[in-house]
Amino acid sequence: MSVIRAFRRGAMSAALICLFAAGLSGQTQGLYPALQRPPADPAIVERGQALYGINCRACHGMDLRGGDLGGPNLLRSQLVLKDLAGEAIWPVIRDGQSSPGGGDMPPQPLSENDAQAIVAYIHNVLSTASRQGGPPLGHEVELDILVGNATDGQRYFEATCGSCHSTTGDLSGIAARIPDAKELQNTWVRGGARGTAPPAVTVTVTTTSNERVTGRLERLNDFLVVLTTTDGHHRSFTRNGDNPRVQVEDPLARHTELLPLYADRDIHNVTAYLSTLK
Amino acid sequence: MTLTYSFRVVFCLVVAVLIPVSVIGQSEDGLDPMTLLAPLENSWPTYSGDYTGRRYSALDQVTTENVQRLTLAWTRQMNTGMPSLNGPDSPTFVGGEGTGDFTIGAQRIKGSILQVGDLLYVTAPDHVWAIDARDGGTRWHYFWKTRGGPHIGNRGAAIWRNSLFFETVDNYLVSLNAHTGEENWHVEIASFEEQYFSTMAPIVVRDHLLVGTGNDLDAPGFLQSFDPETGALQWRFYTVPMEPGDPGLDTWPNLDAARHGGGQVWVPGVYDPDTNYYIFGTGNPTPGYTGVARPGDNLFTCTLIAVDVDTGEMAWYFQTSPHDTHDWDSAQTPILIDGTINGEPRKLVSTAARNGYFFTVDRVTGSHIATSRYGTTSNWASHIRDTGEPNPNPDKEAIIPGALVSPVEGGVANWQPPAFNPDTGLFYTQENNGFNLLYLTDPDPRGSMGLGGKDRVTVGSGGNALSAIDYRTGRTTWRHAWPPGGGGGAGVLTTAGGLVFTGDGSGNFVAFDAASGTLLWNTRIGNISNAPETYLIDGRQHVLVAAGTQLFAFVMY
Repeated sequence: MSVIRAFRRGAMSAALICLFAAGLSGQTQGLYPALQRPPADPAIVERGQALYGINCRACHGMDLRGGDLGGPNLLRSQLVLKDLAGEAIWPVIRDGQSSPGGGDMPPQPLSENDAQAIVAYIHNVLSTASRQGGPPLGHEVELDILVGNATDGQRYFEATCGSCHSTTGDLSGIAARIPDAKELQNTWVRGGARGTAPPAVTVTVTTTSNERVTGRLERLNDFLVVLTTTDGHHRSFTRNGDNPRVQVEDPLARHTELLPLYADRDIHNVTAYLSTLK
Repeated sequence: MTLTYSFRVVFCLVVAVLIPVSVIGQSEDGLDPMTLLAPLENSWPTYSGDYTGRRYSALDQVTTENVQRLTLAWTRQMNTGMPSLNGPDSPTFVGGEGTGDFTIGAQRIKGSILQVGDLLYVTAPDHVWAIDARDGGTRWHYFWKTRGGPHIGNRGAAIWRNSLFFETVDNYLVSLNAHTGEENWHVEIASFEEQYFSTMAPIVVRDHLLVGTGNDLDAPGFLQSFDPETGALQWRFYTVPMEPGDPGLDTWPNLDAARHGGGQVWVPGVYDPDTNYYIFGTGNPTPGYTGVARPGDNLFTCTLIAVDVDTGEMAWYFQTSPHDTHDWDSAQTPILIDGTINGEPRKLVSTAARNGYFFTVDRVTGSHIATSRYGTTSNWASHIRDTGEPNPNPDKEAIIPGALVSPVEGGVANWQPPAFNPDTGLFYTQENNGFNLLYLTDPDPRGSMGLGGKDRVTVGSGGNALSAIDYRTGRTTWRHAWPPGGGGGAGVLTTAGGLVFTGDGSGNFVAFDAASGTLLWNTRIGNISNAPETYLIDGRQHVLVAAGTQLFAFVMY
């Protein structure tokens, strides 16, 4: 395996210049060569897809991620990733290949022309890979996250959540407002929908001279507390240990305290219960 | 074996003593790699300052008594984005295999900054600067035209004699003239087509240049050693089984899974001259979140590994996260500790892993000494195995109805370097305790690929802290809880002045009393993005730190 190519200054070979030019022609901001490819002729890709379905799918899978007959995942295949235009893939299609892990691939009776159409199709699928090595985003799989027991969830809710929340008050019709069970679960555990800003935190600062200032917390660290008073003024205080005294009232404090205490079963049960509140 | 080893140690010590500190970086032969064996004091010539990873400086001009008088010496804003390639502010030298029209965005400075002689060497993805250690002014600037890849960070440069080395995102090891910035050569260290990307600071050990790289797409991890003179490959050590019969293969379902199993090497390790072992951590197994594709412990991913620097052969390993399913690399820099266990002097190595567990093992044999949970809310392990590894609880993997998991994907700790102070016996690390709801979105029995197949939603925090851990037991001796919203992204420095420097995640650079955990000093310069460093200029102790793209050098007069 020769992934190491050395370049002395000014000594880059013509072959490699061609290689890099091919890799970057039709410049895109795709992170990797597989994602920087110019789009291939759709007619060839379509033909390649049909030929793949006939000749390759049983072993390598409909989505190229490996199939029932044990063929490897082509989307993470080092050979496929390094292939530029069939020069690595075509010999394997033509001659077959024995794998060090077992499961030899037999030669495929395909013309070079047909094999190149399959190559174009494979590269086309690779170019749609998602970020951080994820596979192409295919059809959304419909998954039911509602596995909990609503009766147990109601019991848990009443014991743990009921002092702040009411299913006839603030949570009335919550499942109609958030019909997606997963988002409903995220929202109640977090105390707000995914991506939304947390509710304002109230802070009360009491100085040694017994001045007492209350307002919306802007910033807090070990050295400083900054707030906007209820009448809209900006105040900041240098902190030195417990001086001045800083009392924070975070509406989500109870949500935070519960995080280490939940069993996943409690969470699933409460979600099952809340999802009945339509 | 004993003979060779003794000779090496004696030889190293003699050389270290013979070279006067003042001529480092200024002699005709440049920086002698043997000087890297000296404990950290006057300069900062390698990633962790010295080989131990302690980030403990013997400098003691700045103390718990006078740290309040630390003064800004200079500050310098670095343009880490796309430079103009023509005109007065253009780089001194431009290299690279890209076309130059791949625009890169500005990145925070996350790396170690080398200090050798009158120069500081600063890096960001595709950039290296040599700047003056007295005013931050540019001596030279080298820019690399990239072929692409995720420009998420660069962890610093390495220096060997008159050459400076760094890794590019698109997987080149580049050698520069340390004095002029002119390129000597570059070699490709991993396949860009296979979606490797490189961020690590190379580590010099004698005539070896140790180089790691990263990848998110189900590719095998490896550590390589290059000849610093020529760039020729000396050896490559794969962190996963690559051939039938390789050790660890029985912890994978098959060879194909192992060969796509990850275990990337992207954070520098440490070097023990007594054993000639380079000790480092490896990244997560892949696919990251769908362990169904790879039942078993998945050796040697998420593992602390010792390799012989001359041969690249593994001497021992200890897996800190068997069968990880949360993207919790164990790549963080470990720390060599000469300690005492049950009254016996022991050569140890400790590491605070991203998964929330702290480990101490014997660094000669790899035998287990201590395991503790330092991530206060880490909830993913069912128990500690008799052999010291936390055992993963399958209920805390990504599941369709959602599992509540702590920590979040970034971990309790990450690449940010910890520190160890031999005067206090304490190991200092940031401790981040977030919670995610983790959903499986791809229930395919083949598993997903890379970091795909899951959805994660951050739902809160159990509170973050700076923690001081007893290396003997892993128990936390003191812990400073940051006010809500604080914590996170800064590394740690500790000194013989009895101090611990770090960032509070709320815009402050701070100093603690290393023994008591009392907060002594702060300055509001923005969120610290690397680990603070210290060195001597004109006989005065300086403290250098990066906040985003700006450098700040402090001095004690």
